[in-house]
Amino acid sequence: MAQIIGGLSTSHIPAVGNAVANELFEDPYWKPFFDGFPPIRAWLDEHKPDVAINIYNDHGLGFFLDCMPTFAIGAAHEYVNEDEGWGIPVMPPYKGDAKLSWHIIESMVEDEFDITSCQELAVDHGFTVPTQLFWPGLQDNPNFPRIIPISANTVQHPIPTLKRALAFGRALHRAILSYPEDIKVVVLGTGGLSHQLDGERAGFINKEFDQMCMDKIVHDPDELTKISRHELVRQAGAQGTEFLMWLMMRGALGDKVKLVHKNYHIPISNTGAGTMLMECV
Amino acid sequence: MEIKDLGSHVPIEGTTVFDGKMAMKGYALNKMCYSFNGAPARAAYLADPEGYMTLFKLNDEQKQACRDKNVLAMIAAGGNIYYLAKFAGMYKLDVQDVGAQQTGMTKDEFKEKLLRAGD
Repeated sequence: MAQIIGGLSTSHIPAVGNAVANELFEDPYWKPFFDGFPPIRAWLDEHKPDVAINIYNDHGLGFFLDCMPTFAIGAAHEYVNEDEGWGIPVMPPYKGDAKLSWHIIESMVEDEFDITSCQELAVDHGFTVPTQLFWPGLQDNPNFPRIIPISANTVQHPIPTLKRALAFGRALHRAILSYPEDIKVVVLGTGGLSHQLDGERAGFINKEFDQMCMDKIVHDPDELTKISRHELVRQAGAQGTEFLMWLMMRGALGDKVKLVHKNYHIPISNTGAGTMLMECV
Repeated sequence: MEIKDLGSHVPIEGTTVFDGKMAMKGYALNKMCYSFNGAPARAAYLADPEGYMTLFKLNDEQKQACRDKNVLAMIAAGGNIYYLAKFAGMYKLDVQDVGAQQTGMTKDEFKEKLLRAGD
């Protein structure tokens, strides 16, 4: 049977794509961020997951306002990255796991979670940047897993509630564990933490709130579901709503986890940048 | 920090919640900006901005905001920052340039503000 071994989270700031391309790992501005990843890479090298479920939010590449799915799951053999308009390098195609995708879709709809299935989905920086951080070299990395994208809407309100995000993760947990093949799965939930790009409040970052979220998500994620979406915008900034992805990931890990590693640094670009590794116990 | 009083709906200063009302208002502008994912669209806009904006049926408020490259005015006209970022990218403006413009700061002042958030 399939097994979920742990969850990874990180911010997925586009500027990271350029910093990786330019190898700015020791640059004083970038070093405190990149230093958060070697312990996670060592853990991945040791455990070698077969599949990664990559939960992110599309920012206007795969989806537009004509048709905006609240929860979308990739159901393809391959996913391509494309030009997003502002010049970060385009990554080579990603190998999916369509069989597992359809199992998850079947299971989640049976579980009364209504989702959108995507046989074609262009994946943006929200998907690619975390893969570059966790598996340097991507396809050239011998441990690079097959990967399934899940995107949640944070572009247009109404966005999912925090409670629904956590419940989505729990349904995903049940779906993966009912897959009959002996594979190891790691779940990524990326985006955030606090940041706001638009309006007179642009540049807003909330260290205290971010640190509270990184603390509570480990052992008491249900407590975070008391936060309304409106208050999440106030506390985390307009784009800090991406924290929903972290809650989706957390839900997929089951009740008990062990915090293996975390890192937090301000600022990367306009963002409070958080990174975590939680292991299922 | 304790989680308390996190259910309010008091408006958030300096923040436009991009909801259905704004999504309808800004549809043409956002659709044009979404097209800028593709290099041919970016070239077409830069070659003839007025013609390109008319092609996408932008209203006068949206057109003027684009001519002025005024991000706050584009947001007021229904623009969503994720799509507007593609517009800004055509002019090599990054999110610190956009932040500085919206807050009336120089880019250096805006970057200093971000650094101070870590104190």
